[in-house]
Amino acid sequence: MSSYNEMYEGDRVRDPYARLRDWVETMPDDFRQMKQAEAEALFRRIGITFAVYGEGGDPDRLIPFDMMPRVFEQAEWRKLERGIKQRARALNAFLRDVYGRGEIIRAGRIPARLVYQNDAYEKAVVGVVPPRGVYSHIIGIDLVRTGKDEFYVLEDNCRTPSGVSYMLENREIMMRMFPQLFRGNRIEPVDQYPELLRRTLESVAPAKCRDRPTCVILTPGHFNSAYYEHSFLANLMGVELVEGQDLFVDGEFVYMRTTTGPRRVDVIYRRIDDPFLDPLCFRPDSMLGVPGLMDVYRSGGVSICSAPGAGVADDKAVYTFVPEMVRFYLGEEPILNNVQTWTLWKDDDYRYVMDHLPQLVVKEVHGSGGYGMLVGPKSTADEIEAFRAKIQADPSNYIAQPTLALSTCPTFVEEGIAPRHVDLRPYCLCGDRIELVPGGLTRVALREGSLVVNSSQGGGVKDTWVLSE
Amino acid sequence: MLSRTASNLFWMGRHLERAETAARLLDVGQRITLLPNTEAGYQNEWNSLLQASGTARLFAEKHGTVTQEKIEEFIFFDRDNPSSVACCLEKAREAGRIVRTALTSQVWDALNMAYQDLRKIERQPRASLDTGLLTDFTTGHTSTVRGAINATQLRNDGWHFMNLGYGLERADATARLLDVKYFVLLPRIEFAGSGLDTYQWQVILRALSAHRSYHWAYGGDITAEKVADFLILNGESPRSLITSLYESVWQLEGLARRYGEGVPTTARDKGREVLAALQGRDIDMIFDEGLHEFLSWFIRELAEVSNLVHQDYLLGGV
Repeated sequence: MSSYNEMYEGDRVRDPYARLRDWVETMPDDFRQMKQAEAEALFRRIGITFAVYGEGGDPDRLIPFDMMPRVFEQAEWRKLERGIKQRARALNAFLRDVYGRGEIIRAGRIPARLVYQNDAYEKAVVGVVPPRGVYSHIIGIDLVRTGKDEFYVLEDNCRTPSGVSYMLENREIMMRMFPQLFRGNRIEPVDQYPELLRRTLESVAPAKCRDRPTCVILTPGHFNSAYYEHSFLANLMGVELVEGQDLFVDGEFVYMRTTTGPRRVDVIYRRIDDPFLDPLCFRPDSMLGVPGLMDVYRSGGVSICSAPGAGVADDKAVYTFVPEMVRFYLGEEPILNNVQTWTLWKDDDYRYVMDHLPQLVVKEVHGSGGYGMLVGPKSTADEIEAFRAKIQADPSNYIAQPTLALSTCPTFVEEGIAPRHVDLRPYCLCGDRIELVPGGLTRVALREGSLVVNSSQGGGVKDTWVLSE
Repeated sequence: MLSRTASNLFWMGRHLERAETAARLLDVGQRITLLPNTEAGYQNEWNSLLQASGTARLFAEKHGTVTQEKIEEFIFFDRDNPSSVACCLEKAREAGRIVRTALTSQVWDALNMAYQDLRKIERQPRASLDTGLLTDFTTGHTSTVRGAINATQLRNDGWHFMNLGYGLERADATARLLDVKYFVLLPRIEFAGSGLDTYQWQVILRALSAHRSYHWAYGGDITAEKVADFLILNGESPRSLITSLYESVWQLEGLARRYGEGVPTTARDKGREVLAALQGRDIDMIFDEGLHEFLSWFIRELAEVSNLVHQDYLLGGV
């Protein structure tokens, strides 16, 4: 299967990469190694590390950073931008609908079971409309490319997508190490993101908030693998980074404990999952949340971003219906395509998938991070048979997709430079406006031939450039 | 400021100071072993130094008798010893990591570098590390952090909490060291003028990095009164009880001014009271009431100030 190389077309270098050709092709090996070491030292000094769940080992492991940037032209980006914003609007419209009248279900466009029986569907917030009707305020949309104009959405992340700190730090480090590449102002900046995020959060303050809203980021704590990102964003936005223990409910509001006494909190950007938000409403054993928080939320005393229950929109089973949502709510044709998906609870799909396992990618509906999936073409016969048994035990827990020929981008590897598969996660902000910074996180599968870009599975990251005109 | 943030800044300061104290103990202990005729002597000296850091029992349980290698391992590397350099640096860095947003990038950089270098040293074979290197490592890094704090941190409430941690820890460390060795400072006829007491006092001064400054401040012979005065009541001596407490109270005054009427000031009030009591004494009065009794009183009062800091600021007014 041949992949689309984003830089080279045969010997020709594609336009966006024209200016990088000399830089990458003439870089001496020792210089590259020196710079690579410098980049790693910078990351370590700043303290950007990534703990992988359940793997033990070095808790201060770095995500490998590849110095070769990934580049988009303005025209390419504009199309992506329109598609992403469209999708974000549709996802929020869907959430508003399914926690309200459920028109899309009454219209028979999506099965009721998929929504109302979904684990991520929060009955506790039915009928609660958050400020401006926005449920998901930060949407990370994972995209892959298979050709010049062919982009597919792999999945939507409507809860608490992570990785944006890498987008910002990758740029910071590239600018520090290779300022000459940025001269001439051809690369669109991304560092306005924290400011936009703060504005987005402030724009969804609850009606009961009269003054300038006080926003906070709620983190599970410094043992969390994304803790660096939480503190990084809090720092750049100038808001407090709180843990559950710092907050308490008194009457109709939420307060944080400060050295000068209690202070009211209006907007909570939470980086903990729904089940842990409030032990009185969800998991009673949660030590991370705030008892009584959901009562305050329901009575409009505080905004929670993303809103509890937003996860029902990014479920892998619901995913297949997003193009339908775009048509239903917006009356538009989807700009970005979904990957063709077989849902194994349908008999026809089930039969097809079972007959073609070696060619397909099979995923758990609720899995994430590259865990619990089968990449057919990369698996042995034994692995495939083992997975087949898992599917047979619970077919409705799985979806399948064709193995896409993910595009590649030149990447620095041991032997010099070689193509490696990449994906892209831009971060869309939804408040009074819908905003998208020109860029995102490019993840790269560093192992030759590998299609899995997750940082927990040996993936790395790249700076992502959008060229201005 | 979040109460938890304040608390972490406070403990970050305390642990950095404690790491430095541990390194100084290591240095002075090592010097003792370099002197002749200290076979039984150095066991005792090490014991009293371990007592000063409150870890003598733990050491005895783990290692029994004192050897240079065991001591070095225990005071510098041992994660079971909560007062070891490694433990303190790790805790300080952990606290710093939790309150990243309250630190400047220079301070975080310095703190994180200390930790990364510590991990490098930990991986080296112990035989390649001498004591001098370990103490220099520690004081080098703690000074860099201290310098970054001074040069770059906003003079806000976070600054006060950090320095309050440094100040109270420093006062406590000096008081404990003096208390362990108080009998050496008691003027005793039989030792007067002999080599032994002079040598012991020098050990104490050195343990507080004060052997040079003592001479600048007093000149002449080393005597018990002068050493005690220098370490308790001299306002120029950077680690004396009075200086450490004065600087702590200064931080508390800063907080009280900044926070104004609505926030309790019981820690400040208590600090003022203890400071006034110190200022009203001279060294003869202290010897008259009993050095040990005086130091016990001071350590108790200091703990009370620390408690009140907790009540005034670190519980979030709930």
